[in-house]
Amino acid sequence: MALALCAGVALLLVLAHPAAAQVSFKPTAESVHEDQLLNALKEGGKITGRISIPDQMAASLIQPAGRDWRDFHRSKLPVIGGIAIIGMFVGLAIFMMVRGRIRIHDGFAGTKILRFASFERFTHWLTASCFIVLALSGLNISFGRILILPLFGAEAFSTLSAYAKFAHNYLAFPFMLGLVIMFAIWVRDNIPGKLDLEWLKQGGGLLAKGRHPPAKRFNAGQKGIFWIVIIGGSLMSLSGWFMLFPYLPANVTALQLWTVTHAVIAMLFIAAMLAHIYIGSIGMEGAFDAMAAGEVDLNWAKEHHSLWVEEEQAKGHVPSGSAPRAVPAE
Amino acid sequence: MARVKFLCDADRCIECNACVTACKNEHEVPWGINRRRVVTINDGKPGERSVSMACMHCTDAPCAAVCPVSCFYSTADGVVLHSKDLCIGCGYCFYACPFGAPQYPKVGNFGSRGKMDKCTYCAGGPEADSTPAEYAKYGANRLAEGKLPICAEMCSTKALLAGDGAIIAEIYKERVMKRGYGSGMWGWKTAYSDSPTG
Repeated sequence: MALALCAGVALLLVLAHPAAAQVSFKPTAESVHEDQLLNALKEGGKITGRISIPDQMAASLIQPAGRDWRDFHRSKLPVIGGIAIIGMFVGLAIFMMVRGRIRIHDGFAGTKILRFASFERFTHWLTASCFIVLALSGLNISFGRILILPLFGAEAFSTLSAYAKFAHNYLAFPFMLGLVIMFAIWVRDNIPGKLDLEWLKQGGGLLAKGRHPPAKRFNAGQKGIFWIVIIGGSLMSLSGWFMLFPYLPANVTALQLWTVTHAVIAMLFIAAMLAHIYIGSIGMEGAFDAMAAGEVDLNWAKEHHSLWVEEEQAKGHVPSGSAPRAVPAE
Repeated sequence: MARVKFLCDADRCIECNACVTACKNEHEVPWGINRRRVVTINDGKPGERSVSMACMHCTDAPCAAVCPVSCFYSTADGVVLHSKDLCIGCGYCFYACPFGAPQYPKVGNFGSRGKMDKCTYCAGGPEADSTPAEYAKYGANRLAEGKLPICAEMCSTKALLAGDGAIIAEIYKERVMKRGYGSGMWGWKTAYSDSPTG
C-alpha cells in the first residue's frame, strides 16, 4: 500500500513536471515590451506585427525612421539644394564677370555648318522643356512652402501645387522617352577618349582666351553633360517610377529611400543643367545656334570642334575654307 | 485646455477590432481606408500583444512638418487635423508618419492617391462644426458635441483610452501599479517624447 502510494506520488511528480515548466512563463506579465522593441530596432527598422485588414503596409506599427526622413526634408535638403543651386548661380556669375562672354576668336565666318539635324534638336528640346517643368514643379514641392506659399496664400498655392504635381507626374514620361532617344542618337559620339584628357588638362580653353584644345563632335565638357543627363536622368526615372507607383514596393522604408535619392540627385542635376544652359546661351557666342537653327558658324565650329569640322569636310558636308557659300542666282 | 492623447493598454487589448469597426461606421470611412487598425506583435508566440493604433496626434507632428502645401493644423486641444481642400495627395505625410496613419482613397498609380484621410480624433476638419460639408470630408465631429472619440468609448476592455493626456497616463500608471506589469504606453515616446513609464 505504502509502496503503491509512493509510486503514485512519483508518477504525479513526473507528470506534473512539464506542466510546471509551462507555468514558469506568465503570459500576462511577460510580454513584448515597447521599450525593448524600440531599443532593439536597427537603423531604419520598424516594429511590425500581424494585421487582419488587407493593407499589408498597415502591419508596420511604429517606424521611427519617419523622423529621419522628416529631418532630411526639413533640414538637410534645403542645405544640399541651396549649396548646389545658389552655389552654381554664384559660380556662374563670377565666371561671367571674370571671363565674360566667350567670343568667336576669329569672328563670324558667315558660312554655316549643320551641327544638329532636326530630329536631334527635337529630342533635345523635348527633353529640355520637360526638364524645366519637372525641375520647377519639383522645386515647388521641396521649397514652395517656404518661398511661394507666403506670396499667394494657402488656397492659391495649393491649386498651383496640385497642377504642378500633375505636370510632374505626366511630363515624366516624355522626359524618359527623350532620355532613351538621346542615348541612342548621341552615345557613339560621347564615348570618353584620350582627347578628352588633353581637353580637360587645358581646362577646355574656357579659362584662357583664344585657346581651343582640339575636339571631335563633342568635347569632354559636353560628354560630361551627356553622361550627367543619362545617368542622372536614369536615376531620377527609376526613383520617380517608385514614387509614381508607390504600391509597387509597398514598403515605407523603400519609398523613403527612393524619395531621398530623387531629391538629392534632382538638386545636383538642376545645378549641372544651369551650367549647361549658361554656356549654351549667354555664356558663349554662337553656341545657341547649334540647338536653335541647327547650323553653327564655321569659325565657331573650327574653334570648338576642330576635328569634327575636318571629318565633316572630309565627308564633303561643308565647303572647305571660310568663303561664304555661293548665293544662287535669282 | 487639455492636451488630448490616445493610449492603448496592450495588456488589456483583446484584438476584437471593435475600435476599427466603430471608427469606420461612425465616419462612414470609404472602402480601403482604415483610420484605426489593430496590430498584433509576436502573433502566436508567448507574450503576444495587440495594439490599437491610429494617428497619435503628435506634438510637433512630422506630417505637418513635411507637408509641401502646409495643410495641417493643430487645435487648442492638441488634435492634429488637416484640410482636404489644400491636400494635393503627394504622400509625404505617409513617409514621415511614424505610425502609418495617413491613408489614401485610391491605390494611387501615377501618384493619384486622392486626398489624404486620417484619424481626426473625432474632431472633424476646418469646416464649421457638425455641418454636412465637414461630415462628408472628415466624418463626425464628436468633440464638438462634448464626446470623446468613438473608438475609445466603444472599447470593451477599456484598453484604448482617449482624453486629457495627463489623466489617461495616470489611469494607466495606476493599472500598472495594481497588476504589477505593463508593456508600455505604445507610441508615446515617439509621438510626445514621453518616457513610457510602466
